[in-house]
Amino acid sequence: MATTSGISVSARPKYESVIGLEVHVQLLTATKIFCSCSTHFGDPPNTNVCPVCLGLPGALPVLNRKAVEFAVLAAMSLNCRINETSIFARKNYFYPDLPKGYQVSQYDKPLSEHGFIEIKTAGGAKKIGITRLHLEEDAGKSLHEGFADSSETTGIDLNRSGMPLIEIVSEPDIASPEEAYEYLTRLKEIILYTGVSDCNMEEGSLRCDANISVRPRGQKELGTKTEVKNVNSFRFIREALEYEIERHIGIIDSGGKITQETRLYNSSEGKTYGMRSKEQAHDYRYFPEPDLLPLVVDAKWQKEIRDALPELPEARRKRIVAAYGITEQDAQVLTLTKALADQFEAAAKAARSPKRVANLVQSELMGRLKAKGLDIEQSPISMNGVAASADLVESGAISGKMLKDLYDLAFERGKDFAVIYEEEGRPEQSRDTSALEKIIDEIIAANPKQVDQYRAGKRTVVGFFVGQVMKASKGQANPQLVNELLARKLG
Amino acid sequence: MKVTEKDVAYVADLGNLELTAEERIRMVRDLNSILGHIDSLNELDTTNVQPMAQISDRHGVDQSKQGSERFAYASREDIREGLRKSLPHDVALENAPDSDGTFFKVPRVIER
Repeated sequence: MATTSGISVSARPKYESVIGLEVHVQLLTATKIFCSCSTHFGDPPNTNVCPVCLGLPGALPVLNRKAVEFAVLAAMSLNCRINETSIFARKNYFYPDLPKGYQVSQYDKPLSEHGFIEIKTAGGAKKIGITRLHLEEDAGKSLHEGFADSSETTGIDLNRSGMPLIEIVSEPDIASPEEAYEYLTRLKEIILYTGVSDCNMEEGSLRCDANISVRPRGQKELGTKTEVKNVNSFRFIREALEYEIERHIGIIDSGGKITQETRLYNSSEGKTYGMRSKEQAHDYRYFPEPDLLPLVVDAKWQKEIRDALPELPEARRKRIVAAYGITEQDAQVLTLTKALADQFEAAAKAARSPKRVANLVQSELMGRLKAKGLDIEQSPISMNGVAASADLVESGAISGKMLKDLYDLAFERGKDFAVIYEEEGRPEQSRDTSALEKIIDEIIAANPKQVDQYRAGKRTVVGFFVGQVMKASKGQANPQLVNELLARKLG
Repeated sequence: MKVTEKDVAYVADLGNLELTAEERIRMVRDLNSILGHIDSLNELDTTNVQPMAQISDRHGVDQSKQGSERFAYASREDIREGLRKSLPHDVALENAPDSDGTFFKVPRVIER
């Protein structure tokens, strides 16, 4: 049903949206959850399969302990309470890429519950509840297109069948597409920090389904929801939700009714479409999996796992701000990934001025990486290189301008800072004061008003002189030396 | 009768099964007979008995061990070496009703 945005725009303030997200994350184990087949991505179809994940009769699952540890670690990082005993259950449905006819999942006794993620919103920090986080296996992959006979047949690849997943279900606490985007960004960041998944959306290691409903502002009960499935980027989820909200409001405001259904998002058109499905209530007939024992993660095991929980992004940002005297914004950039944060901290600890290291990363390194399309991990200049260069500037051995030139060379030649510094013959900025003194004398002569201010006690005006000298020397002067000379000549 | 023909048609549909009229009648009869048997079990008073879905939960585990360790035998390490190998590709596809030598092939799936 098409919506006329004119109606919904004017109607919009009368309504509010309620969003809940279901996120599936594939765990980085070497083998599948219930069999020892490889989880390697991109292997030829149907080569990582065995009687268990093919669903052959009589094959029995054996639980991968690492999958449990990773799931518990993720749950802990999301502030969930771990249930000491949880139960695997069969979720029954018919689909060709589900050879057993059921998915082993968890139902009424999930591994963990009652977590939350804190997100930033325009109105300040907000907690989004996590209803549950449970373990399950993935299904195979259906290929509906790309074969000569695709009009008649579908290809099935069962390499993915039995991959270990966690499903993370949020409370319907999310009020806008923007909050959904923020929630997903935080969630991914946290999961990446724990190292239990690579969260690679292109490879399907992170997938998201969104439930959305709209109700008149102030109404208690929820409106009828629709589900948007299989959207492959956070940006598209935000777009799909924006589209759905408009669509819902358009229908409700003109007196219509929302049909509860699953919809797919077409990113090139920016629209969602109802799946042409036989409308059928989902009836999964869950029952406890008789082939698997209850999963018991006792206090001792929980402690072992908790001990492996790394410092999480939010905590790390706070600590880095306090420990290195850098701004929140600096900390944000430096903690984008755990690898970057680790490297930064190692370098900063070794450097004279951690603040300068942070500044260099942001002002000199990030821009150059971006221009070259490189990730921080691919940077020719290592964090140790940044630290070394920061020390050279700090001691006055090289100028800011020289540092920029050396960075440019490092990126040109694809070599680390230390190597370039050697190759360039350990350049040093001039400590010859005669040229500099001449510049300073000229500037003092040209600005009698500022000189008077300085001498009258307005010491801050020295910044003006430093600026003038740096400008006249085209950034080549040693700032420390300039300060010394100015203090002497003005004083 | 507890199970009606309508119930049978519903469950068959969930499992994508096509039943003939004859089979449906037989299913109604069989399912009711099974439920009748369960009814006789229901005569027992189970008020103070915990539901049990898994017998090995209480039996067949080492009672001297505690917590997770009791069940440790039922899980395995995440290692590739020394465990059962995946099936060779041709063997995996061997029993498929239809395949192109790479994929299992099924009649075109209509989203449902």
